[in-house]
Amino acid sequence: MASESTTAHPFEDAPNHVTPTVVHDPILTKTDFKSVGTRPLRPDGLDKVTGRARYGADFNLPGQLVGLVLRSPHAHAKIKKIDTSKAEKLAGVKAVITAADLPDHTAGDQSMYDILENCMARGIAKYDGHAVAAVAAVDAPTARAALKLIKVDYEILPHVTDVDEAVKPNAPLVNPKMFTEGVEPKPKKASNIAKRTEFGHGDVDAGFKDADVIVERSFRTEQTHQGYIEPHACVASVSPDGTGELWVCTQGHFVYRNHCAMLLGMEVSKLRVTSSEIGGGFGGKTHVWAEPVALALSRKANRPVKLTMSRDEVFRASGPTSATSIDVRIGAKKDGTIVAADATLRFSGGPYYGMWAELGAMTAFACYDLKNVRTVGYEVLVNRPKTAAYRAPSAPMAAFAVESVVDELAHKIGMNEVDFRIKNAAKQGTRASYGPVYGPIGIGATLEAAKKHPHMKAPLGKNQGRGMACGFWFNFGGQTCTDINVGPDGSVTLTVGTVDVGGSRASLALCVAEELGVPYEQVKCIVADTGTLGHNDMTDGSRGTFSSSMAGIFAARNAITVLRERAAKMWEISVEDVKWEDGHAKAVGSKYGNLAPLSLKEIAAAAGNTGGPVAGHSEIVADGAGVSFATHIADVEVDPETGRSKIVRYTVIQDAGKAVHPTYVEGQYQGGAAQGIGWALNEEYIYGKNGRLQNPGFLDYRIPVCSDLPMIDTQILEIPNPNHPYGVRGVGETSIVPPLAAIANAMSNAFGVRMTHVPMSPPRVLKALEAAQKG
Amino acid sequence: MADIHLWGALRPAAGGASVVSVNAKTIRELFRKLAEDYPGMEPHIARGVAVSIDGKIYRDDWQRELPEGAEIYLLPRIQGG
Repeated sequence: MASESTTAHPFEDAPNHVTPTVVHDPILTKTDFKSVGTRPLRPDGLDKVTGRARYGADFNLPGQLVGLVLRSPHAHAKIKKIDTSKAEKLAGVKAVITAADLPDHTAGDQSMYDILENCMARGIAKYDGHAVAAVAAVDAPTARAALKLIKVDYEILPHVTDVDEAVKPNAPLVNPKMFTEGVEPKPKKASNIAKRTEFGHGDVDAGFKDADVIVERSFRTEQTHQGYIEPHACVASVSPDGTGELWVCTQGHFVYRNHCAMLLGMEVSKLRVTSSEIGGGFGGKTHVWAEPVALALSRKANRPVKLTMSRDEVFRASGPTSATSIDVRIGAKKDGTIVAADATLRFSGGPYYGMWAELGAMTAFACYDLKNVRTVGYEVLVNRPKTAAYRAPSAPMAAFAVESVVDELAHKIGMNEVDFRIKNAAKQGTRASYGPVYGPIGIGATLEAAKKHPHMKAPLGKNQGRGMACGFWFNFGGQTCTDINVGPDGSVTLTVGTVDVGGSRASLALCVAEELGVPYEQVKCIVADTGTLGHNDMTDGSRGTFSSSMAGIFAARNAITVLRERAAKMWEISVEDVKWEDGHAKAVGSKYGNLAPLSLKEIAAAAGNTGGPVAGHSEIVADGAGVSFATHIADVEVDPETGRSKIVRYTVIQDAGKAVHPTYVEGQYQGGAAQGIGWALNEEYIYGKNGRLQNPGFLDYRIPVCSDLPMIDTQILEIPNPNHPYGVRGVGETSIVPPLAAIANAMSNAFGVRMTHVPMSPPRVLKALEAAQKG
Repeated sequence: MADIHLWGALRPAAGGASVVSVNAKTIRELFRKLAEDYPGMEPHIARGVAVSIDGKIYRDDWQRELPEGAEIYLLPRIQGG
């Protein structure tokens, strides 16, 4: 690095070296690396494997109470009356709350009002598990006894939990005030369709007229949960002076702070939130559920309150993904050119307005270069929990439908499915199906790599099939604030506000070590509480490493400016004659040939006499995340007698932009694939006719365990993102997108049976095999 | 004047048009003028709209200038997991 990097410093001309508040476009500035791309141990590893790391439920405070939530047993019911008097009189009960204790402070913000209502039902319970009251007591047995003493008088209302049933004209209305948005004229009748949205370009109808072959199919995917191992947990403490603290397991403690403060009517600065280590989130911990309730209980009891959700509560009352119903139609010429593509997507959002079908509609055909394409999405209300994001939200379901049809179309034309995709793959300059024109992208490269991969040529065993599929995710950046502080011994503390969900502390330390020119071991990365840094958006959208590394690099550049200035003072020369290279200040020019380079450690040791502590700071909006593509290959073995499927080999090929810590990039690829495999084969919410969830536990909702999976092979491609100084793209989400379709395509290739309903569980596979045998 | 491409959910607010012309120098000015000229877009803008300028997507940077002749697409402000 060094003189070139220093010269390219975006803040070089900042007057008096004051930290600027406006950041230049973070164009790619570096392609040769010393630290980035290596695989050091993660700084949180030892604590995690020895049990020292503290997760959400590991925080405790003196005088802490136990909080528990009473939940609706009905899918849809009017709450006529709640009598809490007996519970309040029970010895050991310190507070009982209902919606009346959470007055509306949302000031017309419908999105926040929905969150408020979801945290505690306000007159109507809208799904099985919807919170209706909560207690805080001295211990769990007392809290449980108190819940039993709360009497709720319900009037049961008609319910609907199925996405296709909900869009029928006479379906029970989940929200009688919901009128479909996105259509003209505005409907006069309420509906369970919250919004219609559309993307695309060209003339789809004309395109289909040019097609030699058309494949059209309908698909369904069932609702799944992120399945994080650690349930939601927090400790809330609100003081009579109006200040509060919250220790919580979350993907975004700044956003939790902002939301909780609004819902509790507090000033943001008076609520300090500390994030714990996180035992998985995958989008499910981007949303407050129990935290405002815990704060309200603490405020009323004037004691700290710990609230931990049980697994049953996590399933019934946190934020699973959408159930979907999707129709896809694609037409192609005999030479393999796709001439038209059309999809209609219906995604459930629980009882609230969402953007889930919209995301499905945007991602559905994003892998392809299409002249005529249209996607229409419908956001559908149902009496199920409020949908939350799940790793590349909505993209896996859309890809399942589209990639299944793409495979079938290739075979009908008589083309190899990889060649067919290569022929139609999007590239730089392609207009994406959702609108903009792509910059440098990696879909073609992942397909070419798949074609050459040894996995593609490996022999298959009995009852085995091989399938492949592609996937896309946007990635994004967002608000990010980062500090670097150089200690008197020259060690560096990197303070970030993005929760580490997958090894980002190691990756961020690598980037700052790279920029400063010091060893990785010299940089310690910590996640700060909300009182320490400016606002950071949460770790979602694959943004943690992308955005905090960008902010960290800029903070390092600011620190280097200070270090050069301090070296100049030590040498009593002009700062213009000092450059930063390989972790040292060096005097430029032959007249300073007798000045030995000053290390960061030497400059730090002298800091007290050259102007005080050495630090660098950066606050940015990290836009320009760079889209991500992947191609997966799956070998599946199906037992034709039982319908049980087993993944015998699996390969992920994905573009990482620049893999900062390749081991953790591979881990993200493998983790996404593992979750996608579970989604494809086993996982589903099962509702009874009474609208109650039948399988709220890991015994009946089966996520894959290690023995279910082969070692998942990975291949990292690096097509640099020009909008990041080191070329980094987000990598966390895309790998969950292709597995559903790759596995369905493998089954189709093995048995000639096209599976159109996920999960492809043994009963569904058996039924499909039997139907195929009957012809 | 810049041509602003709308995704489907915004089009009803513009009388069904997929493209509208707006005289704006920045994203902030664009949003203000869209809300003035097409009040039906205001709830969408309040919920979150991203702007693609020549293929680069801006979710939050409302000071971003709209270069002359740039291709501008409005998109939903994406959520992630």
